[in-house]
Amino acid sequence: MPSLAEPRPGTGRRTDLPESVGQWTERLFESLRLSPGTEIAWGDLSMPADPIADLDLQLALYVCYELHYAGFDGVDERWEWAPELLGFRAEIEAAFERAVDDLTPPSASTELACVGESLQAIVAEDGGPPLSRYLETRGTREQMLEHVVHRSPYQLKEADPHSWAIPRLTPAPKAALLEVQFDEYGGGRAERMHSVLFAKTMTALGLDDTYGGYLELVPGVTLAGVNLLSGFGLHRRRRGALVGHLAAFEMTSSIPNRRYGNAMRRLGYDKAVTDFYDEHVEADAVHETIAAWDLAGGLARDEPDLAEDILFGARALLALEGRWAEHLLSCWEAGETSLRRPLDQT
Amino acid sequence: MTETMRSFDRPDIDIEPATITPYRNGPYLVRGPFTLRDQDGEEIPTSRRTIALCRCGKSRMRPYCDGTHKLIDFRAPGVLETWPPESASE
Repeated sequence: MPSLAEPRPGTGRRTDLPESVGQWTERLFESLRLSPGTEIAWGDLSMPADPIADLDLQLALYVCYELHYAGFDGVDERWEWAPELLGFRAEIEAAFERAVDDLTPPSASTELACVGESLQAIVAEDGGPPLSRYLETRGTREQMLEHVVHRSPYQLKEADPHSWAIPRLTPAPKAALLEVQFDEYGGGRAERMHSVLFAKTMTALGLDDTYGGYLELVPGVTLAGVNLLSGFGLHRRRRGALVGHLAAFEMTSSIPNRRYGNAMRRLGYDKAVTDFYDEHVEADAVHETIAAWDLAGGLARDEPDLAEDILFGARALLALEGRWAEHLLSCWEAGETSLRRPLDQT
Repeated sequence: MTETMRSFDRPDIDIEPATITPYRNGPYLVRGPFTLRDQDGEEIPTSRRTIALCRCGKSRMRPYCDGTHKLIDFRAPGVLETWPPESASE
């Protein structure tokens, strides 16, 4: 039994709203400090040209979604379902969804017949930037730390957004999802929960493992990846995309994670840091198989109309990950930080 | 085909035997009560209820799968292969 004084990784969470960064976040955060039901004058907010990379828009959407996860101190919990907030959120979601649609290649009708095999082909053909190979062979310590910070908004709640699908699935895909999630959540052991393993890795690297702790350091394109997933999770109509997202996520995990683990070993880090990555090599080789065939394939069998959205979810993830990886690599190529400001200046 | 066994300590509980499933172009998934041993009889540690065993032969952590089958474009059916093949096109 751990003593009460012992720090428990993965339990600390950010409690205050982040700093606003533009008109969308300013207006939103001002409103969230009021009581739900107060009439809000949102005013004229202009939609940015590139919703995916726009920090102001993505941070606003992230905070809207966060009300469904951990919430914020000083923000009345009733805001989660306040109609005026949902209207504000819907406006951002519509623009974001259009931008993701534009970025995501369409699926061919011939791909819909065998979703499992199509997912394998989509992942095999993905020509995304070689981020994991770059980090494995020549990533610096600073770049690896930045990579961990970028991943933290999702990894510290790893698996949670996909759990939104559970009540919305028929028995066969539901059983498959739970088989994956049970493992993600540590197989009944909190200390093996993947989000907790990530928190331990952050601590071993000297980073802050507080949930949301780096919210003010990550750029819009990073938040866009988490928002894509939360959006799929919070809208039942996107359950197909949510399942396709999980399948592609798992199918593109084991090999990159081996490379990240190798990068950390090359930089002299031991098991305290690499455990998270090494665990994912073995775990995700299991998960990807279940997710592609039993979960995604099972859902397409039970609800054939969802096949297209399943493949869309997979392709959207890869497209957005591609944009995010491009951002990291181009910043590093130019000798700059990929975060909003360098880690050592925080 | 599924035969149920009885647990020694809880004879009132039926236990399904382990199942091993080949997945198309992927590994074998093992589910159910199983013990993995090396050829000297030493137990190979497992930390999860469902495991994936390498089927392409190229994993770097055999007998476990590490996803390498995707890199080498491993192809295999998810069902029993019959020999001789029923049709030349298969």
